[in-house]
Amino acid sequence: MELIAPAGNLAALKAAVLAGADAVYLGLKNATNARNFAGLNFTEADIAQGVAFARQHGRQVLFAINTFAQPGRAQEWRAAVDAACRLGADALILADPGVLAYARQRYPQQRLHLSVQGSATHADAIELMREQFGIQRVVLPRVLTVTDIARLIEKTTVEVEVFGFGSLCVMAEGRCLLSSFATGDSPNNRGVCSPAHAVRWQPRDGQMEARLNGLLIDRYAPDEPAGYPTLCKGRFMVEGRRDHALEEPTSLNALSLLPRLAAIGVRAIKIEGRQRSPAYVAQVVATLRAALDAAQAAPARYQPQPDWQHTLARHAEGSQTTQGAFDRPWK
Amino acid sequence: MEMTAPFLITLGPLLYYWPRHTVQAFYREVAASAVDVVYLGETVCLRRHVMRPADWLDIAAELTAAGKQVVLSTPTLVESGAAIQLTHKLAAQDDWLVEAGDLGAIRARGGRPFVAGPHLNAYHGDTLRWLASLGACRFVAPLELNRHELAALLAEAPPDLPCEVMVWGRMPLAFSARCFTARHFNLSKDDCAFRCIEHPDGLAMRTQEDGEFLTLNGVQTQSGAALDLLDQAQALAQLGVAALRVSPQSQGTLPAIAALAAARAGQASPSVTPPAGIGRCNGYWWGESGNAWREC
Repeated sequence: MELIAPAGNLAALKAAVLAGADAVYLGLKNATNARNFAGLNFTEADIAQGVAFARQHGRQVLFAINTFAQPGRAQEWRAAVDAACRLGADALILADPGVLAYARQRYPQQRLHLSVQGSATHADAIELMREQFGIQRVVLPRVLTVTDIARLIEKTTVEVEVFGFGSLCVMAEGRCLLSSFATGDSPNNRGVCSPAHAVRWQPRDGQMEARLNGLLIDRYAPDEPAGYPTLCKGRFMVEGRRDHALEEPTSLNALSLLPRLAAIGVRAIKIEGRQRSPAYVAQVVATLRAALDAAQAAPARYQPQPDWQHTLARHAEGSQTTQGAFDRPWK
Repeated sequence: MEMTAPFLITLGPLLYYWPRHTVQAFYREVAASAVDVVYLGETVCLRRHVMRPADWLDIAAELTAAGKQVVLSTPTLVESGAAIQLTHKLAAQDDWLVEAGDLGAIRARGGRPFVAGPHLNAYHGDTLRWLASLGACRFVAPLELNRHELAALLAEAPPDLPCEVMVWGRMPLAFSARCFTARHFNLSKDDCAFRCIEHPDGLAMRTQEDGEFLTLNGVQTQSGAALDLLDQAQALAQLGVAALRVSPQSQGTLPAIAALAAARAGQASPSVTPPAGIGRCNGYWWGESGNAWREC
């Protein structure tokens, strides 16, 4: 299985390559990708350097253009496709059918991946996108069990990539409007979720309040660790009871599933986190690299090493990890 | 008097789990209403079972006899074998039109006509042309568009692909493999005791300072407040929107349909009260956060 690493800037890209990623994925500095954060992402000059660096080391660069072209503005997304192809992208990661249509028609030889934002959760959906646009890989939404994935792989010729580590979306990607409902900006329309510009931290009555566009997402006692107020991970009231009603601040960690994922035919493991630091990228990539190599060398004897888990736990949101939908403890 | 523009009044699929007799009584009232198009079927959770396929088809027949166009809606988040099978079954029939809830339903439809549902992310003209090439005969606009974006989208839409916009009811905002209703009751998803049947408008999820926020409806998360664009009906029609969608709630649904009928007839439309305890929102339309409410 290939290891696909996030790169929010040139330093992260280099860190990923040196730590053993097979490919890095990145985005341009605008709303055409789903990590459109201030201070993040690549100018074209950075990309040219990054592509050259990856090539020297025999690695690939994937371009995420995975938001939805907004009404009257499709030209911006087409321009992003043009730039990616001009800069030597090994593949484009796209979600929007209209953008896929443009890329396929204009660049018939270009390798195309369907982004997780494309919301293809079963073989019919994936095959439609293959027949229509010749996608060669799909990144699966984080809603499927290993059994679902195995069944799906049998019914499609498209390569399957799954998330192996990083912040966890509990909602099916590409179909979550919670962030625009609270702030106006969503992954689909602006490439952001719970955007930093809408976040306010306010001390009040000895507690720290985390607000998103005025909405109280959570409130922390002095001894409680406070996380970024991603709105689905806050504490809310349901029938008078305060709880993480949607999801706890937790990261996905599929380390122990790697041999199973390989055995069912998953082709690539993706690490989430283009918004994270080069240090995160270096350590998480090195850990997953070691685990993948061990799983490949001797799948039957594979066991996640304690120091791998320790490293990943340090980079996990809320310091907790879960196998998420892969094995569904809540099922 | 100002010229009024025509539009179809549609009723989206029932998103909640209601007792069978409640569902049947509800659609009898719908049959007698001014609604033109009715979307039917379970789109949220296939564990819900009080309405058997034959019950839905009975309702479809009654509505057809009452002169309504019936559209059968396919599931939105398709992950299980059961959802795949249901999608195939609905897509394969030709008695009724089909609303495609996901990309797989479009493939299963095999070129025959379908309505492109609200979660297919049809944000611009190239996507609309693609959907039309595959058989789309109407599309539901993404919920988060504001009025300028909607106008831009309509300007790019192929002339033979009419647009439908949701105007009333709690908005379906997100879908998960996880059931949040079961989670609240500390039940596993596969042994959920069907607790969502106790919450005819979903389960309110409020902020810690008791602010209205979201609604838990099984694997679906909805807006806390109910969307209300009833007073924009004529503005929407004059933009070129062909159909306005009401989404069923336990109360106010028939009055919302009646208000749209009044607006279509050029009469003042009475304001419609959502079920008790539920506020109103229209922020998306005005270019704000979706939860905002602007009095106009």
